[in-house]
Amino acid sequence: MRGKESSKQVEKRVIVVLVDDQPNVLARVSSLIGRRNYNIHTLTATETDMPGITRITAVVSGNEYEMHQIVSQLEKLENVRQVDEIERGSGLYRELLLVKVAADKVNRGDIRDIADIYRAKIIDLSPQSMILELTGSSNKIDVFLDVLSCYEILQVCRTGTTGIERDKINNYDANLKKER
Amino acid sequence: MKLTGAEIVAEVLLDQGVDTVFGYPGGAALFLYDALYKYSDKIRHILTAHEQGAAHAADGYARATGKTGVVMATSGPGATNLVTGIATAYMDSVPMVAITANVPSTLTGRDAFQEIYITGVTMPITKHNYFVNKIEDLERCLREAFRIASTGRKGPVLVDISKDVTASTYEYKKGPRQAFPELPKASDEDIRKIADMINEAEKPVMYVGGGAASSGAADATAEFMQKAQIPAVYTMMAAGIVGYEDEKNLGLIGMHGTVEANKAIDKADLVLALGTRFSDRVALNTDKFARHAKIVQVDIDRSEFNKNVIIDVSVMSDVKYFLEKLIPMIKPADHSDWLDRIKKWKLKGRDVKATNSMIAPHELIGKICDLTDRETIYVTDVGQHQIWAAQYLKHYKTKAFITSGGLGTMGFGYGAAIGAQIGNPDKRVVHITGDGSLHMNLNETCTAVSYNLPIITVIFNNRVLGMVYQWQNSFYSGRISQTTPERKTDFVKVAQAFGAKGFKADTLDEFIAAYEQAHKENGPVWIDCAIDRTSKVLPMIPNGGTVADIILD
Repeated sequence: MRGKESSKQVEKRVIVVLVDDQPNVLARVSSLIGRRNYNIHTLTATETDMPGITRITAVVSGNEYEMHQIVSQLEKLENVRQVDEIERGSGLYRELLLVKVAADKVNRGDIRDIADIYRAKIIDLSPQSMILELTGSSNKIDVFLDVLSCYEILQVCRTGTTGIERDKINNYDANLKKER
Repeated sequence: MKLTGAEIVAEVLLDQGVDTVFGYPGGAALFLYDALYKYSDKIRHILTAHEQGAAHAADGYARATGKTGVVMATSGPGATNLVTGIATAYMDSVPMVAITANVPSTLTGRDAFQEIYITGVTMPITKHNYFVNKIEDLERCLREAFRIASTGRKGPVLVDISKDVTASTYEYKKGPRQAFPELPKASDEDIRKIADMINEAEKPVMYVGGGAASSGAADATAEFMQKAQIPAVYTMMAAGIVGYEDEKNLGLIGMHGTVEANKAIDKADLVLALGTRFSDRVALNTDKFARHAKIVQVDIDRSEFNKNVIIDVSVMSDVKYFLEKLIPMIKPADHSDWLDRIKKWKLKGRDVKATNSMIAPHELIGKICDLTDRETIYVTDVGQHQIWAAQYLKHYKTKAFITSGGLGTMGFGYGAAIGAQIGNPDKRVVHITGDGSLHMNLNETCTAVSYNLPIITVIFNNRVLGMVYQWQNSFYSGRISQTTPERKTDFVKVAQAFGAKGFKADTLDEFIAAYEQAHKENGPVWIDCAIDRTSKVLPMIPNGGTVADIILD
């Protein structure tokens, strides 16, 4: 079996793309992902501590062949400096959630109890609603939202996953910094 | 030296070794064309009838000369008319720089007259592109464009320049040409490993693609084939790389490839894939492609590894470098059993036959070969005539068979032939086309007339859109849908109306007579040849099939 159909199981993985902070760079990355039909769950783009360098973190699913495709196609983009897949064992992943829940004086207390258990913060309290903030793994946020779902959720905003590797220094970051 | 942006464009073109550009002027491009007026003794501009023709011409020029083709157009429709031409170059990895003008930057994003966000439009069909709205970025972007287009896996780059940038002035200090990064080279260890595999193989086959042609590996290929006694198959993009007279040349692989080429891949124990991408027109069934073989893939672009077919050993390298390092490690081999076996698969007398007195396609191609010399450049459009040309022309050299392989662009031919002829004024250029393809961009004939280009166009006229017509007959139970236009085009008169010469040929003898006339002309000639519409492109392996499913008649 030589076709892609023979490929092995699909897993979620996190890739980090360091790109030049040039016009259209996010469009170039997302256009590539779109036209090549890769399966992307979340994509975030942020400044780094290196001037002119933006970090794009993407959660993708695919087997090893598909991952090779995504990484090697991204590497071909002119503005891409480095593409790394975060090693699963040593990666730490976090996502930020803001959720607005309908709340009145009757159920405010119950919602606050749930927030306490998950160590979510209450960042706004209005007569009709409250806004909670939670940081954690995507999985923790999923579960938290599931628990809250017995209340009336008015709005959910999630940032998407960002990730970093424990201890081991990303060599490319170091090299790029030395260059500057 | 204070120069305008438009003059900086001209200076950088000259410094990059560009003496020919193809294009079409317009409002936003007025300053660019004003600079071309000033530099007209140093840069030759070829004006086409349509920007698409200019883009195909720049592409044909690049394919026929190996240099980077340059095309210019104005904003809006000028830029969008380039799109098919840029995409054609992208799919076949042809080095091209497209320079477009855009509206003044004060109007950017306001849907100004003839404004189009062309960097967005061309993002998926260029290696990279630039929008230049500051004159201080102009030189760098242009130089980067030439570097990117012509290095690594080659391809088109677009530079879009705001009109005010072309008008304003800047202190131009000629910067250096950008250093070309070194081509990736296989490690000695990897080459040794592959040499061992080749030395141990009993039924090896080499499978060569456009990357091998683009790296200039023809001589190394011949030497390697001789020493290793290895048979070779090639893709349409690599026509001419395997010696035509070498009996180890098994011909074209894939959907319309030869029986022996497809069967050899099917039975091989080792496939050495060089500069090729296992496209869906070659590996029709990815699971069963080369199913008994270990596959080694050598390519300059590592994203091609395991993209369509799973590879056993992949090495990122320039093909020519790889072969030259490999040859000394190869033990002279004797694969006569394997080669004899392959020889028996070769079909004899199975060529397409015309069912009546009309001209048989393979005989027409054969006659074109007889009437032309080995320096001739053949340019095709897309469809049945293209495959017949790929199958039956005698491909002696690379850069001499110019065809839209990846995108399959009908209407590519005439523009590309113009570019090939401009780049090779001393060579004969023969444009092989069909009546369907020619109808798409025949307007460019006026360009060939203006510049006295002696392009000979041979029209395979079966009065149907032949390839789709063939599929409708073969796979859609003969439901002929929109492939039999009842056109009454008189090609001889159309050619004459453009100021070209036109001939009609209903028999092979008439074709020979017409060609001999055409050969003496200084300008373009069309020869309208009557082909039977039932002539099919064969052999054929249907989509998803293997050599076991091959259709022979």
